[in-house]
Amino acid sequence: MAGTNRMSGQNKVLVAAKTLTMLVLLVLYIVPFVMVLINSFKPNKVILSNPLSLPDGLFMDNFMKAFEKMNYLTSAANSLVITLAAVFFIVIAASMTAYYFVRLPYKSSNVLFGAMVASMLVPFQVLMIPLVSIYGKFNLLNNKYVLVYMYIGFGASLAVFIYHGFLKSIPLSIEEAAFIDGATRLQTFFHVVLPLMKTTTVTIIILDVLWIWNDYLLPSLVLRTAVNRTLPLTTVYFYGTYGVDFGPLMAALMLIIIPVIILYGFMQKSIIEGVVAGAVKS
Amino acid sequence: MYEKTLKDRVATFLIFAAPTLFIFATVMIAPLVFGIYLTMTDWDGLSNNLNFVGIQNYLGVFQDAEFWQSFFLTLRYVLVSVVLINIVAFLIAYALTSGIRGQNAMRAGFFTPNLLGGVILGYLWSFVFSKVLPFVGAGLNWSLFKSNWLTDPDKAFWALVIVTVWQYSGYMMIIYVAGMSNIPTDLLEAASIDGCHAWHRTRYIVLPLIVPSFVVSTFLSLQRCFMIYDVNFALNKGGPYNSTRMVAMHVYQKAFLSQKLGEGQAEALFLFIMIAAVTGVQLYFSKKLEVEG
Repeated sequence: MAGTNRMSGQNKVLVAAKTLTMLVLLVLYIVPFVMVLINSFKPNKVILSNPLSLPDGLFMDNFMKAFEKMNYLTSAANSLVITLAAVFFIVIAASMTAYYFVRLPYKSSNVLFGAMVASMLVPFQVLMIPLVSIYGKFNLLNNKYVLVYMYIGFGASLAVFIYHGFLKSIPLSIEEAAFIDGATRLQTFFHVVLPLMKTTTVTIIILDVLWIWNDYLLPSLVLRTAVNRTLPLTTVYFYGTYGVDFGPLMAALMLIIIPVIILYGFMQKSIIEGVVAGAVKS
Repeated sequence: MYEKTLKDRVATFLIFAAPTLFIFATVMIAPLVFGIYLTMTDWDGLSNNLNFVGIQNYLGVFQDAEFWQSFFLTLRYVLVSVVLINIVAFLIAYALTSGIRGQNAMRAGFFTPNLLGGVILGYLWSFVFSKVLPFVGAGLNWSLFKSNWLTDPDKAFWALVIVTVWQYSGYMMIIYVAGMSNIPTDLLEAASIDGCHAWHRTRYIVLPLIVPSFVVSTFLSLQRCFMIYDVNFALNKGGPYNSTRMVAMHVYQKAFLSQKLGEGQAEALFLFIMIAAVTGVQLYFSKKLEVEG
């Protein structure tokens, strides 16, 4: 920091005050998570009489109930399959399309790219009613793979846009060398170009995994039956006609939050970098 | 160019771009176009007969008092939330780029809510507002928290604002941090050697240089707040008595519960045009700010 050698006692007090304020604020930010954590191990009666008390022991009933009610393994598997499949296809489809737009810049390419960029401004709520009407008419709702298909359509624009920005900076000479060696366009793309875009691909994977894993509105409209439900959709089971079953709900929230937090522990830096890269570009 | 004949060019197009464009067209363009047509029909989403009704749905939007109530409520919510999100995000970013111990870990901590979906966050806070805070309020004899905020129309609005600011300030903080890290430290050092106060350094060096972060952050928070649905739904379903029902939820209910698809879609389009106008104006003025700064 500037002028460290002249740092006076007053400055030290300032730094300490700043640190303390931030710590207090951070605790306030984290408290809601702690509340859910401690109450997930308590029976309903204790939750309602004193939500602040620490659990007496590891009361696991809530977790068992939640696990069963959410159909946890099925729902988690659905979330996983949908997220992985959609992200995989978004990466392949968008990187190839962006490559086509950059390397074969016909007028039509520019127009189509422009249309995709413009579509990023259209909020989902403007599309949801006609989307459900059209796909419902063709009997295509309540199908995981149709949902994956929709995610590719909604996610392609941003991914094409981000890849497009990066591809413009890759010099043609690298690809020309591959062509001279007899590689086809497709081989060149997969063996030469795609590996060069690794950081961009990581950014897109992070942005899309966070979005699709946590998405609620689209799957709630598409997936109607319990066997197809994703994790975020299972939370509604705990809100009955006669009130909320708090204990199991807390456990359910923990069951959804914990895997994400564990992943965050390992990939914190790249997640934050990915989000910044995505935000600044969009 | 690798493609020498027309056949080659068509083949490359079919392999590289056509599948994506087909999916894009069927998922985004078709609903967008069909949506405009839908606003001119009386379809309920189920029956086979669908009548053309012209601009009747649009007239319906103007007469729908509940829609306007939701719309103006959303405007108020967006204004309050966007301002607070950016102030809080800026202050946290400012404190966490000043070199205090553990600043990286703290940034990661503030970002945590953004890893989770709005529905999860809404249920989390729904518990805090309905059970934890009233308990604390009763224990400390603090009347502000004695009642459940989510069942009081006025307090429920602020509950929604609090959750929104909590959720997005960590995200926008990261964007501000990225902007502040780009400020050359020698510039700040030179200024302080020249006897420039902390406040002046902030006002004349930091603020002008983070205008781009400010533009991005305002744009994103405007867009997200206008479209809020998940948190609104999970926190208290727009209650009590629809007093905190934001416009996206109103559109959802109009289309899928009241089964007035045409009118719901007309409202959605109106909302879209409003958002485009507001963010357009925002981008126009902030570009100007960027040039002057």
